[in-house]
Amino acid sequence: MALYSEKVMDHFRNPRNVGQIDDADGIGEVGNAKCGDIMRMYLKIDENQVITDVKFNTFGCGSAIATSSMATELIKGKTVKEALDLSNKAVVEALDGLPVHKLHCSVLAEQAVRAAVKDYYDRNGIAYDPEDFKEMDEDELHEHVGH
Amino acid sequence: MFVYADNAATTSVSKTALDAMLPFLTEQYGNPSSLYSFGQKAQEALQEARETVAKCLNADPREIYFTSGGSEADNQAIVSAARLGARKGKKHLISTKFEHHAVLHTLSKLEKEGFEVTLLDVHEDGVVRLEDLKAAIREDTALVTIMFANNEIGTVQPIAEIGALCREKKIPFHCDAVQAAGHMPIDVKAMNIDMLAISGHKFHAPKGVGALYARKGMVLTNIIEGGAQERGKRAGTENVAGIAAMAAALQESCANMEANTAKILPMRDKLFAELSKIPHSKINGSLEHHVPGTVNMCFEGIEGESLLLMLDDAGICASSGSACTSGSLDPSHVLLAIGLPHEVAHGSLRLSIGEYNTMEQIDHIIETVPKVVSYLRSMSPVWDELVKGERKHLI
Repeated sequence: MALYSEKVMDHFRNPRNVGQIDDADGIGEVGNAKCGDIMRMYLKIDENQVITDVKFNTFGCGSAIATSSMATELIKGKTVKEALDLSNKAVVEALDGLPVHKLHCSVLAEQAVRAAVKDYYDRNGIAYDPEDFKEMDEDELHEHVGH
Repeated sequence: MFVYADNAATTSVSKTALDAMLPFLTEQYGNPSSLYSFGQKAQEALQEARETVAKCLNADPREIYFTSGGSEADNQAIVSAARLGARKGKKHLISTKFEHHAVLHTLSKLEKEGFEVTLLDVHEDGVVRLEDLKAAIREDTALVTIMFANNEIGTVQPIAEIGALCREKKIPFHCDAVQAAGHMPIDVKAMNIDMLAISGHKFHAPKGVGALYARKGMVLTNIIEGGAQERGKRAGTENVAGIAAMAAALQESCANMEANTAKILPMRDKLFAELSKIPHSKINGSLEHHVPGTVNMCFEGIEGESLLLMLDDAGICASSGSACTSGSLDPSHVLLAIGLPHEVAHGSLRLSIGEYNTMEQIDHIIETVPKVVSYLRSMSPVWDELVKGERKHLI
């Protein structure tokens, strides 16, 4: 069996929504270069809190690129609140699964979306519960998924 | 175009090796331990193979023990020297930071049993310094184990000088020569090597067969207990077909060594020259002390696994020392040992060229790698920061 599902390879080979948004309403970056993966997510959000556009930049392995791509697809056109409900599990399922040692990439994708939304809230003075945005550091992240 | 450029991982079985092994899988399937002549024919084949392997290393046939591969040979050599040393109260082992895990993990196991291990620095060029070894040697040093050529970056160690020093100090010297056998001249006598590990599949024999050379007088400890095969030092019915193939492959590789090197070097040099043109790339390890076929480079701002996947799509088989390909959090211990920062080591690429490769294949690699690197950089936030000056270039 191949390392990755066909869906993962499709999103790796033809990543959706790659790029940057110059006048983004929210930008989130998670991960670090030392650990080998960084995701940066750009959101364009309209007055109804709907995500009208999303782009990403990722430094990382095949699954890091594929999970970023899938996450952008899953939140595009959704409201900010809906985007916050995006779980790493949903990303993994949409990709027809990931190898166990790559699950942390999906957590990173979920975190990147949350970080971008938090940035949008901060910029616009929208109140939120900080507990909802407790950033996990990279070590915790890997532990979290049993890596 | 399909390009197999991972010959340091494994090689194809040569026609010579295949022809040598086939009879032992078909008509001559006897057990070498059997008394009847049908079995003794297999015994003769083993003896012949032992003589051939010994000749290639300038050893005595009685000093060759066949194993399942390089890892087993490394394990047995190190454990044997440790047990021998311990009996004399010597419990200090010396090696290097960038050995293969077959060596490093065996040393860690012994460390847990109370041995002390010193791992020598391999400096930025990936070469051990003799003065570092001199300084590390103690009264109670039971073993020095240093690889002939590194599997990831291809740097070659001053084996003859290390051997001479160890002989002078009367310390057993084991050499993991898995990456060198069949590719570089090895003379265990002239180089004062006491034990040496080789693996068949690195020089066109099948996987699952290797050998340990142990100089007369080196008392081996069994890793596998059972029957009296290999003079009682390695139990288990011999892999006759594999052993015959390994001997034939080693003989052929040694006979053609000069011609193969002459074919490989221009391909390797072209790879180095052309891929070095990629901005913010770096060649890893000394080029002066180097096995012929290995090319190891880093490209800043990208990650190795995605590079390999994209090369795979272009038909190119290569490897990387990135964490994602090693299945751990840290990038390759070899790249860290030569001082590369984590973020640079993640972007490494190893291409290992053999005599079966062609210049057309090299051109395909040279055409593909820069495109893939720029594509991955175009979506990399790390590269974005480097370009904008928000992050400092490390290479």
